[in-house]
Amino acid sequence: MAGSGKAHLRPADEMVLRVEDLVVEFPSGRGGTVHAVSGISFDIAEGETLGLVGESGCGKSSTGRALLQLPKPTSGQVVLDGEDLVDLQGEAMRRRRTNIQMIFQDPISSLNPRRKIGEVVAEPLRVWGPRDPDEQWALVREMLEAVGIDADLARDKHAYQFSGGQCQRISIARALVMEPKLIICDEPVSALDVSVQAQILNMLESLKDRYGLTLVFIAHDLAVVRHVSDRVAVMYLGKMCEVSESDELYANPAHPYSKLLLESVPIPDPLAPIDTEIQIEGELPSPIDPPSGCRFRTRCPYATELCVTEEPQMQKVADDHFVACHHPLVEVMA
Amino acid sequence: MSDELLVVKDLRTYFEVPAGTVKAVDGVSLSLPRSKTLGVVGESGSGKTVLSRSIMRLNMASNAMTSGSIIYDGEELLDKTPAEMQQIWGEEMAMVFQDPMTSLNPVVKVGRQLTEHVRYHLGLGRSEAKEQALAMLRSVRIPEAEARFNAYPHQLSGGMRQRVCIAIALACGPKMLFADEPTTALDVTVQHQILNLLAAQQRERHMTMILVTHDLGVVAGRTDEIAVMYAGRIVEKAPTQTLFQALRHPYTQALLAAIPKVDEPKHTKLTAIIGRPPDLVNPPVGCAFAARCPYVQPLCLEEAPELTPTPTPGHTFACWYPIGSEENQHAWETNMAAGVPQTLAAAGEIEATEDTEAEVDHDHLAEVVEAAEADLASGAPFDGPNGPDGPVAEDDLAASTEGAS
Repeated sequence: MAGSGKAHLRPADEMVLRVEDLVVEFPSGRGGTVHAVSGISFDIAEGETLGLVGESGCGKSSTGRALLQLPKPTSGQVVLDGEDLVDLQGEAMRRRRTNIQMIFQDPISSLNPRRKIGEVVAEPLRVWGPRDPDEQWALVREMLEAVGIDADLARDKHAYQFSGGQCQRISIARALVMEPKLIICDEPVSALDVSVQAQILNMLESLKDRYGLTLVFIAHDLAVVRHVSDRVAVMYLGKMCEVSESDELYANPAHPYSKLLLESVPIPDPLAPIDTEIQIEGELPSPIDPPSGCRFRTRCPYATELCVTEEPQMQKVADDHFVACHHPLVEVMA
Repeated sequence: MSDELLVVKDLRTYFEVPAGTVKAVDGVSLSLPRSKTLGVVGESGSGKTVLSRSIMRLNMASNAMTSGSIIYDGEELLDKTPAEMQQIWGEEMAMVFQDPMTSLNPVVKVGRQLTEHVRYHLGLGRSEAKEQALAMLRSVRIPEAEARFNAYPHQLSGGMRQRVCIAIALACGPKMLFADEPTTALDVTVQHQILNLLAAQQRERHMTMILVTHDLGVVAGRTDEIAVMYAGRIVEKAPTQTLFQALRHPYTQALLAAIPKVDEPKHTKLTAIIGRPPDLVNPPVGCAFAARCPYVQPLCLEEAPELTPTPTPGHTFACWYPIGSEENQHAWETNMAAGVPQTLAAAGEIEATEDTEAEVDHDHLAEVVEAAEADLASGAPFDGPNGPDGPVAEDDLAASTEGAS
């Protein structure tokens, strides 16, 4: 869409998380405002993985953090299990935040280098879990074993003694130990080698089956996202472009931007044609002064006068497939 | 003028560290004809970056030792003094690094970083150098080149910074360009643009290029030849099409299988490689990949295979039980029957992680393999050559390579 609208939202009472009109803005120097996220809406059902895709600077990480109220969004609603987190303050918020955990991009810098792994993973429990250290350790051990780390060996080691892939698994254990309702994975595999990436992705899938996790999976690589997601939401410059069931999106991308992202994925086949005459050039415009109307219009090959003046709204193109575009690549359903 | 611009023979780069000697590059030989592109692929720690830096003589650390031979355009680079190398850098060979933020000086304007070595190498005056730099910025498709000329690196996006780095590398018209993971830090859309830019510049300038990456997808359509590195050695080298259609080395197969593919349905299980690369201070006797290889046999743990040629010109591999051979099929069958962890992981029967029991004891392996062979010979049932979910590419590959060899 680079547009808005809520046609794609499902009934509120069936969703674990429902985000409406989320706006995140940051002040920038000289009185300007960075419009990081400008009114997006989405929802996630229990046990579902939502892939949030877009280029750097499209607001996908800001969205992930806004769910945790870090910082609080400028406006909008973040309803987790029927409760709007934006309204909560202080202690009530702190309590609720245990239900959402986050896994960060750089696994090594997201673990405290001076603490032992046993302490790092037990940290959330020391605040919220059982008081008894033995009980804490039993929970920590279970989670470390679940992510394939030898708990007794790891307990007294430090982060630097582990590889990037192992650190990422430890971060996952730390996120799981609170038994959260929702886990936000912010580019969890983009710092890893392909071989390790495959290990982590497979593990996330099996943990999801085992613990019934609900995930928001933020990434810029569409191939990675397809492997883990049930639904995919494509973001561009703080707006939502397209929301769809994953296989449907990859088979019939309706937004020109989704198509560009798909065509940019390198294909490991020397015979696959490489589009050397890229139709869509350029980079993301500045979020301080985003284009009027459809935000993608400055790079879109199909842009018309309408796209300048009017912001597109979410429209249904197929079952569980919505697009915000004036000139979608797929016929809109009546 | 010989046809080959670069001939590397038995190149070894070792680093002395407190724990011992790290054999980062351990006997690499390759040759590269003019105007061709070689892709060097491998995981972190496979020695691919050290290889390209060694060829450029950029390993300046006092604990680094490089031996072997690097013939560039008929001259031995290892005999050059640092002063002589300075004439070669920039004018003859140049490098684009992985991280465009740290390879530019953050407190110097882009323009000066561009003109600096043009003035040094080509002896241009201030205004000529500026003209040349602006022309370079335009040729790498940087919009508003004049404005960017006076910008600091932090004022540019990651993609723009990488374009500046490419402009700097190309400014003195090198004959050979090293691109060391040039797009790993970038978005997919920008990656696509930068790779196209590199390809276009290479065609225009008839440059020879070495493209280093961990992603086989990146090199697939953009190189003439690919060398797959593992633990400091080349384990397979082939013309690009041959490598993808008739790969022989299990590591190449595993790397290819681990890539998430955009055309596979959601929740498809990836074929991960068990364990992680070996310790280069004490590399294993025998094949370095043995501890992670689904086809490992006792011989692999005793003796390291040498690069052997195939009937296809330019295709060599180092493996005792290459993909597509009968020996390989047999190794898979016995390992499946014996329950060797690597093989079970490749078949998707157990979860592959870095810590899964990947060490294989030689005597134990010999024992289980022998027992399994006896069972197979007596007709005991087992799960079939590829198990229920064997590696996806296996059957097709076996079929296509049998025809080729």
